[in-house]
Amino acid sequence: MSRIYINGIASISPQSEDIFETEPLKEYQDNIIPALNQDYKSMINPMLLRRMSAAVKMGLFSSKKALLDAKIDIPDSILVGTGQGCLKDTENFMVSMLNSEEGLLRPTSFIQSTHNTVGGQIALDLKCTGYNMTYTQNSASFESALLDSILQFKSETEIQNVLVGGVDETSPAFTGFQKLDGQLKQEPVRNTDLLASKTSGSIFSETSSFFILGSEESENSYAELVDVEIINSTEVQNIGKRTEQFLQTNNLSSSDIDVVILGNNGDSRYDSYYHELREKLFAGKVQLAFKHLVGENNSVSAYAFWLASKIMKEKRIPDFIKLNDLNCKEPRKILIYNQYLGKNHGLILLKNLDL
Amino acid sequence: MKGVAVTGVGIISSIGKDLEETRHSLLKGKSGIGFPQNLKTRHNNLPVGEIALSNSELNALLKLNPKSAYTRATMLGIYAVNQLLDNTDLKNFSSDTGIISGTSVGGIDMTERYFKDFEKDPEKRKFIQAQHPGFSTEMIAEYFGLKNFVSTISTACSSSANAIMMGARMIESGKLKRVIVGGSDCLTKFTLNGFNSLMILSGNECRPFDENRNGLNLGEAAAFILLEADDCIGGKEVLGRLTGYGNANDAFHQTASSENGEGAFLAISKALKKAGISGNEVDYINAHGTGTKNNDLSESIAFRRVFGDEIPAFSSTKSFTGHTLGAAGAAEAVFSLLCIREQEIFPNLNFSTAMKETGLNPVTEVQKVKIDTVLSNSFGFGGNCTSLIFQKDE
Repeated sequence: MSRIYINGIASISPQSEDIFETEPLKEYQDNIIPALNQDYKSMINPMLLRRMSAAVKMGLFSSKKALLDAKIDIPDSILVGTGQGCLKDTENFMVSMLNSEEGLLRPTSFIQSTHNTVGGQIALDLKCTGYNMTYTQNSASFESALLDSILQFKSETEIQNVLVGGVDETSPAFTGFQKLDGQLKQEPVRNTDLLASKTSGSIFSETSSFFILGSEESENSYAELVDVEIINSTEVQNIGKRTEQFLQTNNLSSSDIDVVILGNNGDSRYDSYYHELREKLFAGKVQLAFKHLVGENNSVSAYAFWLASKIMKEKRIPDFIKLNDLNCKEPRKILIYNQYLGKNHGLILLKNLDL
Repeated sequence: MKGVAVTGVGIISSIGKDLEETRHSLLKGKSGIGFPQNLKTRHNNLPVGEIALSNSELNALLKLNPKSAYTRATMLGIYAVNQLLDNTDLKNFSSDTGIISGTSVGGIDMTERYFKDFEKDPEKRKFIQAQHPGFSTEMIAEYFGLKNFVSTISTACSSSANAIMMGARMIESGKLKRVIVGGSDCLTKFTLNGFNSLMILSGNECRPFDENRNGLNLGEAAAFILLEADDCIGGKEVLGRLTGYGNANDAFHQTASSENGEGAFLAISKALKKAGISGNEVDYINAHGTGTKNNDLSESIAFRRVFGDEIPAFSSTKSFTGHTLGAAGAAEAVFSLLCIREQEIFPNLNFSTAMKETGLNPVTEVQKVKIDTVLSNSFGFGGNCTSLIFQKDE
């Protein structure tokens, strides 16, 4: 089978992209945390920018940065994962409609409310007429898009470069509702204390991470994407077995994995899935976490994919993402495992370039 | 064997609660367009393709747990998948069966209903998560005991066509052996007001491809088909094969289609290429044909570009069902498979005058003709264009 290389990466989140190098960790007290502002005008027409929601401008900006990083002008396909889509425009239109009791409404928010607005706007900006797909499956949204990108390379012979990413934004009322139904923590928790939290719920955030996957290795390559698995629901006691099965289909076993990146989000009800893997299957392995940096959202596993890519290329693992004291000088295989509320489990397997 | 086998279909729309009722309506020219009864809206003068069953009737029919968060799109989806089971000899689905659903607004019907109640009424908060399209697919999966591959595509009006395409690719790549693919969308105040604000809703029954067309009617539907790898078919009847598919982006405007129909042209061309056939092998096109000025012209121009002067017989069945948004591609895939099974073409209602730019005439009466190959188009906001090709099983 042909190989798939990660040739360009970009991320917008509550943390700086230079987090490995110089930047200290940003700390937040709120349970809803925004992404860091970017110099959007440097890459997006200011006239268009004014109308763009956070999801669209984050998605477009990080896409363009990933393309620049990979030195690619136009990808062959555009694949987006977004769990909640264009939440802000949806809320705007909903509120106007309800408050006016279905009065005279402006269409702008409505036309920007569809989940594929980000993918459509990227296509429009790049004038890219290629395959364009948007997946929205809760915490398996990015994994769905990533799986489709693997199929792109497998089944479409002309595909050389795929743009794939995950993006989610927050909005005042809709994200606020997630506190009412217990998805958000009821008490304020500092992000850096999230993993030690003993209460239910998590903290929600805005993130966008995009990647260029290519069929050829380049000087800029970070790692190889090997495979992705989506499991909608499984019991805690079976997650180890399911993970091992996934590795077996790739002719590997858990002992081949050097580093595991886990989606612990400090929700006392569901972190047991991660504990199960930490204590059993990956007990002797380097264990990393990331949601204490960037919070939880339905496509945040794309941030973990960004972290994994960076770790592979730079061959170092900062202490502030470690869950245990182990180290690995040159990770060869990294597994990302994430789930949300005990459902929509995703496994992503990467390997380094030297194999 | 060419293409991916379709071994089951299930559908519910304003023209039928099962396959036979659906076909009967299509043959008799009986549209499902009328004024909204179940949807409580101020715009009750706008014609829609509404399914007569109310939410409580659906709840009772499907024996749903009243404590769970079933939105209307979820209930319609479960109903359609139940129909799929009824139409095949299956009692249930094997545990390795995947499901990919397409929907544009998912469970937003409950959000618009309870938006102002969530704060004070804890009972309603189960619907907070239910707004999101993926939740709806999970609920359908849970009802049928499917725990493995569950995913959702939301690309506006091409969502379920894309779900069907993705399902075929999952089978072709060996990632899945069986997958339920399709989609569900219900009428909501959100979409009705949205399309109304765009001023593309007709105050009458829509007239696809007519010179005097003046907009679309919204509709609601759920439709799912079962795709299976060849080594799983066993003795089942193969209703048709998905041999071609293509998706392209118009890259022209967030909502409007380009004047040269570029996205549609590319999608159809890709689908023909994938199927390994030339345009003159297409026997019938189930067009996207919404009835808006913009879509029907752009789509007609794409037909000219692909097929030249030899444009195959075509019609838009949205004149029966209205535009069922994310579900449209799957509903029309079922109609296309019916065309192949019954060797008949369903008409385009409300057509009288060809548009002056292209002079194209859709099929306006039921035609009994040899149908081996059907092209089905679905285009959506964000420039998303998808074409599927179904062929008779050889």
